[in-house]
Amino acid sequence: MTATVPATTAALALGDDALVLSHRLAEWAGHAPVLEEEVALANIALDLLGQARVLLSLCGDEDELAYLREERAFRNLQLAEQPNGDFAHTIARQLYFSTYQHLLYAELAAGEGPFAPLAGKAVKETAYHRDHAEQWTLRLGDGTEESRERMLTALTALWRYTGEMFQPVAGLDADMALLETRWLESVTAVLTRAGLPLPEGPRTGAWSAGAGRQGLHTESFGRMLAEMQHLHRSHPGATW
Amino acid sequence: MATAAAHRTARTGADAPDTATDTAALQHAFDTAVAAEERIEPRDWMPDAYRATLVRQIAQHAHSEIIGMQPEANWITRAPSLRRKAILMAKVQDEAGHGLYLYSAAETLGTGRDELLDKLHSGRQKYSSIFNYPTLTWADVGAIGWLVDGAAITNQVPLCRCSYGPYARAMVRICKEESFHQRQGYELLLALSNGTEAQHAMAQDAVDRWWWPSLMMFGPPDDESQHSAQSMEWKIKRHSNDELRQRFVDICVPQAASLGLTLPDPDLKWNEERGQHDFGAIDWSEFRDVLKGNGPCNEQRITQRRRAHDEGAWVREAAAAHAAKHARATGTTTTATTTATTGTTGEARA
Repeated sequence: MTATVPATTAALALGDDALVLSHRLAEWAGHAPVLEEEVALANIALDLLGQARVLLSLCGDEDELAYLREERAFRNLQLAEQPNGDFAHTIARQLYFSTYQHLLYAELAAGEGPFAPLAGKAVKETAYHRDHAEQWTLRLGDGTEESRERMLTALTALWRYTGEMFQPVAGLDADMALLETRWLESVTAVLTRAGLPLPEGPRTGAWSAGAGRQGLHTESFGRMLAEMQHLHRSHPGATW
Repeated sequence: MATAAAHRTARTGADAPDTATDTAALQHAFDTAVAAEERIEPRDWMPDAYRATLVRQIAQHAHSEIIGMQPEANWITRAPSLRRKAILMAKVQDEAGHGLYLYSAAETLGTGRDELLDKLHSGRQKYSSIFNYPTLTWADVGAIGWLVDGAAITNQVPLCRCSYGPYARAMVRICKEESFHQRQGYELLLALSNGTEAQHAMAQDAVDRWWWPSLMMFGPPDDESQHSAQSMEWKIKRHSNDELRQRFVDICVPQAASLGLTLPDPDLKWNEERGQHDFGAIDWSEFRDVLKGNGPCNEQRITQRRRAHDEGAWVREAAAAHAAKHARATGTTTTATTTATTGTTGEARA
């Protein structure tokens, strides 16, 4: 498929989200709190990596794009690159992101745009990611006092990165305002069931609104890329 | 089969034997079943020593799967292409899955996952010593797949016919996945061997480091193996350590040649008379030293495992507390309220 320029912009944005979040989730390998979560987090990371490979391939060579771009050329949401933190942070990030991604892919799958075939498959995967995040939000919110505290801290810390998801992206044929309304309804409902308040504070700011989509990232992202790209860049032109 | 049914009736007698005669009858039924290649199932009577041997072996196998995730996970975040990254992530995920089947198999013998993990963390149970070696380069991922998983398969294929049913069935699935792991390792090394000079050197270096520890995976020589004879009699084990080691060497030699890599053993040569390869003496002092805890990564592996477990304690407690509240609210018991896909914890079920 030959993507048009706006479609390429959108594919890069969605592809980078999936690539970067997959990498973060893969960092849990060998560190998860329970064996079932080793399997579950790896499963989600693998789904996302699969999506990333399809999307990046619409824009060019997947490995060149993943391994040879500098930090400022990445178009992922800042939310996707946020470090794992404790398990509550990872779940909060998953709740925010997978709700958005599931709603977005459901809309794209229903349309006739260039992403409809990919979205048709991804919507099934993201439904599971969303369910996983929601179930854990309920367990942690309504578990022990400690888990509730940790979940609250995590939800609040990541809240400021959630506005960026609904900034318009060229080539993405989705009603972002409607998406945002549905996202807020869904997240509010889950948090209410978990006995957790919706975080307060701005969801967009002078720096954060659409920043990742414009190639402005947070400090930890550079180190993540350094680790991810180091081996590939050390052997220019090699095949693996 | 009438005889099998009769044995089963004798073996599954619900009441504990209260006389020596009963025990002797049960023992006889067990021995007959094992001799007839029947599977022993969880509810069947079995000798205490058979049960203990299986728990020890299955636990060590399960522990090896989860500790074995560490050296490979070490390279996930640096995998040099997205294709390789996906393969490695899937492989490490499989290992977590193997850990789950195996802990479940042990549970059918009456020993739960929590107890076994506790024994691993406190050093009372072991895992395969091979994972106490470090993965220093990307090629080590290939060498682990080709040699370590190759050795594991050689060991494990006969376990698919193990006399204990749940273990044998778990091994059927595990062996299928392991053979993929072995092939991906071989294919990874082949790409490196045919790649740049630096990549070829990386592959050779990895094979040089992993070859001897892989041969040690089959355990001590037959005349020093403390558990072998009884396990063979019980049909838990089917071939001796030395037989399996020889089989592995004979498989690897032509594969190394196809890879364009050498094996680091000057004494390795075909013995026409035996129809097998001769190979050099294994340094068993190194094996014993690593087993004692002095390998390059013993401390690191167990520390990471304990840390992950300890740092995850609050998560498991939260899941258990939530499950308990939910059970009270709905008037059901807490057993099996959740499934693996939604993140059940062993503790939550306890």
